[in-house]
Amino acid sequence: MPLEVLDSAGLTSSQREGLWTLNFGPQHPATHTTLRLVLQLDGERVMDAEPDIGFLHSGFEKLGESLDYNQYVTIVDRMNYISPLANEIAWHHAVEKLLGIDLTPRCKYIRTIFAELMRIHDHLLCLGACVLDLGGFTAFMYAFNEREYIYEICERASGQRFHTSYTRVGGLLYDVTDDWIAMVRKFCKNFPKAYNDFAGLVMKNRIFVERTRDVGYLSKEDAIAGGATGPVARASGVTRDLRTDEPYLAYNDFDFDVCCAQTGDCYARFQVRMMEIKESLKIIEQAIENLPSGPIFNEAFGKTGLPDKSEVYRSIEGLIHHFENIMPNRQIESPRDAIYAATESPNGELGYYIVSDGQFKAYRARTRPPSLLHFSLFSRMMRGYMLSDVVAVLGSINIIAAELDR
Amino acid sequence: MVFTSKEVLATQLPRIATVWSEFRDQQRVVVDAGSVYEVLRCLRDKAGFDQLTDLTAVDHLEMDGATDRFEVVYCLLNIESGERVIVRTFLNEPDLKLRSATSIWHGADWLERECYDMFGIVFEGHPNFKRLLLPQEFASFPLRKDYPQQGRGERHNFPVITRAES
Repeated sequence: MPLEVLDSAGLTSSQREGLWTLNFGPQHPATHTTLRLVLQLDGERVMDAEPDIGFLHSGFEKLGESLDYNQYVTIVDRMNYISPLANEIAWHHAVEKLLGIDLTPRCKYIRTIFAELMRIHDHLLCLGACVLDLGGFTAFMYAFNEREYIYEICERASGQRFHTSYTRVGGLLYDVTDDWIAMVRKFCKNFPKAYNDFAGLVMKNRIFVERTRDVGYLSKEDAIAGGATGPVARASGVTRDLRTDEPYLAYNDFDFDVCCAQTGDCYARFQVRMMEIKESLKIIEQAIENLPSGPIFNEAFGKTGLPDKSEVYRSIEGLIHHFENIMPNRQIESPRDAIYAATESPNGELGYYIVSDGQFKAYRARTRPPSLLHFSLFSRMMRGYMLSDVVAVLGSINIIAAELDR
Repeated sequence: MVFTSKEVLATQLPRIATVWSEFRDQQRVVVDAGSVYEVLRCLRDKAGFDQLTDLTAVDHLEMDGATDRFEVVYCLLNIESGERVIVRTFLNEPDLKLRSATSIWHGADWLERECYDMFGIVFEGHPNFKRLLLPQEFASFPLRKDYPQQGRGERHNFPVITRAES
């Protein structure tokens, strides 16, 4: 039975006097990271919820103005740190669009595999941690077990488990090896069992369903006008997915479905995420079996990535190549223009607006974080529901404070 | 892709001067700061741009050949057709004011507050206009180009509240 959604803006001052204020955070186990909510409560019913953010503001966009296009990838990694590679892919997608670089087929496929692995990675944490907040510890461990294996896949490709810094302008840090391909195949083979275990623990769990169904309703109109994207918008009936609507990387080559739901509540957002994990696995399976051979850098666009170390140490050409990549006055020039480019990150549309003044670094590197727009809708989703629903709604929109505050 | 926004603006608001450009299949339009609100309203109501994807600003202080100091950028999206348009406008000190777009898309709320927080651009008519990320007493606008990357020592001068005082 859905609760009647109240509008706190229409409250008179005498009605407001009866409310009491509760500070939720900035250090609360269910906020996961540092964010604060100021709740206005009538008994246990939330009349208004005002988010107070900025505790993790670290000036990433300012740093983007002094680091070059390849160096800044280490910073974008740290924005949404539960799917770092998705940020890297989005950032270099924008840079490559600005510079007009086409990727090689092999690079496109590897990036697509990683983008989808990151989607699984992100959704597993979002689902697992929310179930944990709602009282189910077991499912969380099942989710983290699979995440651990994805970390190993990242480590095998880039040498880093967490902040991989794997993509480069026009290519990748290293090419993948045969044992990496074997690892991804093994993941595709083993994951469905873990997925079924996890889904069996959660999706028909009576407590979980009762705590999330008809909670945190977001209408389609509110989702669109509020800038919601990704699973949050798709759970409210918006059928938009940048992977099919503005195809980038190799998404045109694969057969997959866009997952949507109609009800717009927390449970729908979880359902969409669960279905998306399945579709992502489908994409990975198709991509890994059809992985093209060939170079990972497109030689037609010249020296955008660092050469292999063996070349640098053993040949003068390699050393010159390395030098020209590193020295700011020798790097390739970018057009003096501005571009907005976005990818479908696990959380929604992750866009970058890059303004260039001709150098190989951004004059302005604006991030359009999906979390920011989703969190601004939080008070709309929360009004009229109970205090105990706060953690369910917070978990279902997957707020990452580092991305929120940058 | 079929672009409709250009024709819609030309027929609905013929008196407003617009400068169109295109870069890598992305259409942009520059309009006067005074008519931005009207243009955005027209694009929402008549051309179906129902989502404000992003709103940000750029400080052109150190850009060679730039004539105006600030640029405010609105990225709009038509969910139905997938068409995007970027509306840009230029502002100069001391008149850093624009009419708030919150009455067109409520998603503009936090984006405008962040824009003020980082660049000091004021959006008039915003229902809850204050800083979004930085403390309310913060005195400068850090994404402006004349603000040093290391900051101005704010962090070291924050008042320290002891447990006894709190």
